[in-house]
Amino acid sequence: MSAPRTAGRTPPARTLPPPDAARSTTRRRPRLRRRGGAWWFTPWLYLLAPLVLLVAFTWLPVVDMFSYSFTDWDGISPTRNWVGLDNYTDLFTRPQLFQVFWVSLFYLGASAVQICAALYFATVLSFDTRLRNLFKGILFFPYLINGVAVGFVFLYFFQPGGTLDTVLHWFGVGPHLWLGDPHLVNTSLAGVSVWRFMGLNMVLFLGAIQSIPPQLYEAAALDGASRWQQFRYVIAPSIRPIISLSVILAVSGSLSVFEIPFIMTGGSNNSETFVIQTIKLAFNFNKTGLASAAAVVLLAIVLLVTWVQRLLFPDERVEQS
Amino acid sequence: MTVLSSPAVARAPRSAVRPAPLRNRVAVFLKYLSLVLSCAVVVVPLAAVLLTSLRTSKEMATGGALAAPHDWFNLHNYAVAFTDGNMLRALGNTTFILVFSVTGTVLIGSMTAYAIDRFTFRFRRLVMALFLIASLVPSVTTQVATYQIVNRLGVMDTRWAPVLLYMGTDIVSIYIFLQFIRSIPISLDEAARLDGANSFTIYWRIIVPLLKPAIATVVIVKGVAIYNDFYIPFLYMPDDSLGTISTSLFRFKGPYGAHWEVISAGAALVIIPSLVVFLALQRFIYNGFASGATK
Repeated sequence: MSAPRTAGRTPPARTLPPPDAARSTTRRRPRLRRRGGAWWFTPWLYLLAPLVLLVAFTWLPVVDMFSYSFTDWDGISPTRNWVGLDNYTDLFTRPQLFQVFWVSLFYLGASAVQICAALYFATVLSFDTRLRNLFKGILFFPYLINGVAVGFVFLYFFQPGGTLDTVLHWFGVGPHLWLGDPHLVNTSLAGVSVWRFMGLNMVLFLGAIQSIPPQLYEAAALDGASRWQQFRYVIAPSIRPIISLSVILAVSGSLSVFEIPFIMTGGSNNSETFVIQTIKLAFNFNKTGLASAAAVVLLAIVLLVTWVQRLLFPDERVEQS
Repeated sequence: MTVLSSPAVARAPRSAVRPAPLRNRVAVFLKYLSLVLSCAVVVVPLAAVLLTSLRTSKEMATGGALAAPHDWFNLHNYAVAFTDGNMLRALGNTTFILVFSVTGTVLIGSMTAYAIDRFTFRFRRLVMALFLIASLVPSVTTQVATYQIVNRLGVMDTRWAPVLLYMGTDIVSIYIFLQFIRSIPISLDEAARLDGANSFTIYWRIIVPLLKPAIATVVIVKGVAIYNDFYIPFLYMPDDSLGTISTSLFRFKGPYGAHWEVISAGAALVIIPSLVVFLALQRFIYNGFASGATK
């Protein structure tokens, strides 16, 4: 259908159901057609490739995942049987399930440490500090390092008689099995996650702090505010949106930890995370149905957390004069 | 009154004429102590790997983890890691994926932003919502089903699988472009249109050149993410000859299980390019990540 047929239409037709996309577009924006020579489908030409990719690699997988989760499919055979909610009951009655959620608590705790440390260093570096660019660079650099390299660096670091034991020996602390002890392994791995991601949070906070108008500090300083008061009443409120964004990313991030524990321990010794478990179910044990159910549960939790966060902190924008 | 230093952006002359009170000097000392200690925490694990990579296997048996190498220019382990680990091929594969997916991401992101911001069309809100909600879905959760789709597309175990996935699941870059395109005045489009330019000419000759800063951001953020990604190549390119930087390094784990000097050299080989890029493009990298993550 070509646009000129409908180009002359006038707005009153709004109450009628629009017969096709062409009409409604041209009706709402008659000038667009006349001036730009843009047909109704012009925007769709630009959106074609992006939408195909979006649907193929995000929406279709989500839909498929739901449908697989109600079957006993092994991922290979041409047939699959409908099993209803069996996968979900299976999932929630496995003892390993609670183990993986327990493990994510370690990473959640680590994220809290990470955000606090990042806030501290961002604040400190936003004030006059010698060598601030050097400090900033060193603290940020781990974020840019390849995940596998980070894994190897820390395998060596935590090895019996490795770097950490050597350093601790100087202070008279005995060696520990950092990765071999099931009670210690998650703390060690969560520590690696802090090491790796703290710098990113710091740079984000620092960027936000530096966009605070300097008059606010001057006013606070004139009023005799201490450093802590400056932080509490000037910096913290101004960067609240980015803090709340970091918190939400931390929560969903700690539920979907994969790389570091997978590379370093392969999930052994109580260090299995939700994603490692799902990947193993799907690709090592060929339980695509069960793995899909697990992924659906994880997705639901992440979306729930995001939704709760949106409820608690509805897009707050701090106004500055 | 305590002496306050203003933030570094607006460096006021330090009012250090009066000697600072003791409490303040302690605070300053603690501040630098915390900075130095945290930097040590960052540097020591890396330094240990660097030192180890320069030691011989004989030295490995005797010295502790932080012992200095006998010969500071012993590059033997690097040679072993580079050739036996097939790092050149890995670099080739990573470069291939990097070039295609970054170009694709830039085109896809800018086209989407152009269509959404510069046109009024039916279902515009729906399209926006599709992208917006998709950004909430962590891709790590959907791999079980994505794997089947990649399989059905027939690109499994080829370099196109990661290219398609990196291109297709990047919503952050669409946001970066969308935010940036809003700041380009519409009057520019209109002027070009009066001169008879069609929408593609406007996109290609006006919008894309003006999007350069946003493109730089996307290239940096995306480039770092792809160079460092392990999950997607591990899952979709199990073939040995298709190893990327990450997966090739990961394969050191088996054959060199106990040869930490070679593994360390491999890790250092992977880290050094990141360090060089970071030192060269520091400012762009900070800005890129700051604007990439906030929206």
